[in-house]
Amino acid sequence: MDTRLRLKTYVLIAVMIVANPVGTLLIAKGMKHIGDVKFWPLPALLEVFGRAFGTLTIWAGIACLITFIAANMLALSMADYSYVQPAAALGYGVTAVLAVFVLGESVSPLRWAGIAVICLGVSFVRNTHPRTTEGRR
Amino acid sequence: MMLEALLFVMVIVVGTGGEMCLARAMKQTGELERLRPSAAIKLLGRALRVKWIWIGVAMMASAFFSLLLLLSFEALSFVVPVSALNYLVGGLGSMFFLGEHVSWQRWIGIGLVCIGVTMVVIAK
Repeated sequence: MDTRLRLKTYVLIAVMIVANPVGTLLIAKGMKHIGDVKFWPLPALLEVFGRAFGTLTIWAGIACLITFIAANMLALSMADYSYVQPAAALGYGVTAVLAVFVLGESVSPLRWAGIAVICLGVSFVRNTHPRTTEGRR
Repeated sequence: MMLEALLFVMVIVVGTGGEMCLARAMKQTGELERLRPSAAIKLLGRALRVKWIWIGVAMMASAFFSLLLLLSFEALSFVVPVSALNYLVGGLGSMFFLGEHVSWQRWIGIGLVCIGVTMVVIAK
């Protein structure tokens, strides 16, 4: 039962670490292409959101984020929040790779080192039992 | 600067609070027995009847709009790592709001994630 629980949790976390960075990337790309952003007055802000939601890239990003949320909810149905949340941090590695290869941003060695430390932290969390609350099987 | 700080607070504190509300709702709903789309949809449908879901969704929506605004003037590779400070908030919330046992191993893991995030931010 423990192996099955871990397997299901790992699959859902894998979906999360891909869907979230891809969704965020698509939204970032979409927002960069909508032009000037004004926060005030309120109609100007609403107009910004109107332009954002008229962009296909933004909608693709939202679809990815909905997938992420669904996988997150399903993972939380069987594993602790304090297990799922740090484990999903592996998505930062995916984000860095996407930032380099898709957005053309540069990623310094220190930033890569930071991502490596994040991965090390995730490995600590991975070694704990996914569920510590009542109903543990 | 003030607006930027406020938006980061919205993304980190309100966003994490929303996720914890989702976690609470899913604990009440029950476990996903099989990794099948039909079982997943059924479970998610049941979860929609739990009030914590809607509180969580409202909080996460507020955090999402704040993220949209942040991404319009800040680099993705800066915004995403800073918002990772929610791991600390999440660890505390897991103990006090969800009643989880956060072991020393998990705290080390969370601590390393925070250090990693700081390194990423300094590298900006």
